[in-house]
Amino acid sequence: MVWHGDSEMAPTDLIVLPGGFSYGDYLRSGAMSARSPVMREVIARAGRGVAILGICNGFQVLTEAGLLPGALLPNAGLKFVCRDVRIRVENSQTPFTSAYEQGQVLRIPVAHHDGQYFAQPDTLAALREGDQIAFRYDNDNPNGSLDDIAGIFNDRKTVLGLMPHPERAADGMHGGTDGQGLLQSLVAALS
Amino acid sequence: MKARVHISYKTGVLDPQGKAIGLTLANLGFEGIGEVRQGKLIELELAEGDAEAARKSVEDMCEKLLANTVIENYAIELADD
Repeated sequence: MVWHGDSEMAPTDLIVLPGGFSYGDYLRSGAMSARSPVMREVIARAGRGVAILGICNGFQVLTEAGLLPGALLPNAGLKFVCRDVRIRVENSQTPFTSAYEQGQVLRIPVAHHDGQYFAQPDTLAALREGDQIAFRYDNDNPNGSLDDIAGIFNDRKTVLGLMPHPERAADGMHGGTDGQGLLQSLVAALS
Repeated sequence: MKARVHISYKTGVLDPQGKAIGLTLANLGFEGIGEVRQGKLIELELAEGDAEAARKSVEDMCEKLLANTVIENYAIELADD
């Protein structure tokens, strides 16, 4: 665990920005956290290709920090959505998703108010072109996300941000284990 | 010097809050309302006395924090105290 006010971090193979509601979502979700001192180091390591995973608020922080393109807006339905959704693996050829089959449909919970993915048309085209769309909602878009996007990679596939919570579907006790594959992929890629 | 920063969603960005406001206004009987967009107003007090320098500085603040230019436009208004 690293404190947001820290400016240094021990060497690590993976940086995870977890979910939550940093700074009460003031101004915009993730806006303040993206400018916290520790993020300067996160951005520097992203530049060196260190694997970075942002989940939910962590995804919002990554877009606000410019590590992933686009932005996350309030849900189209204006309601906080907390339920399982079906998502489809759109690119299984990455260190984050290699344990899944291409096109595999997973059941993973979401819990967010600001999960509507948005990008300008040229950005969306580049995401499609570069196989940067990691997951799409499978006829189950809970927030109005553009092109049903649930998660995206950076162009090098070293950074992944997604709104659903794979870590909350990683043990039988959670009521589902479809999220395990993401963690297993990372273990395989990084060990 | 004071600065007021008006932040609004860019065209093409879905604004569900604006939409809900428009629907409620219609429910109240207001007619002829087109699209409604909700924005933000941020007021800043600045020690800087020079208008040009102040504007430059607030622009920098907008680019670095106050607005997310992927989805938002900003307009800066300066006023003496």
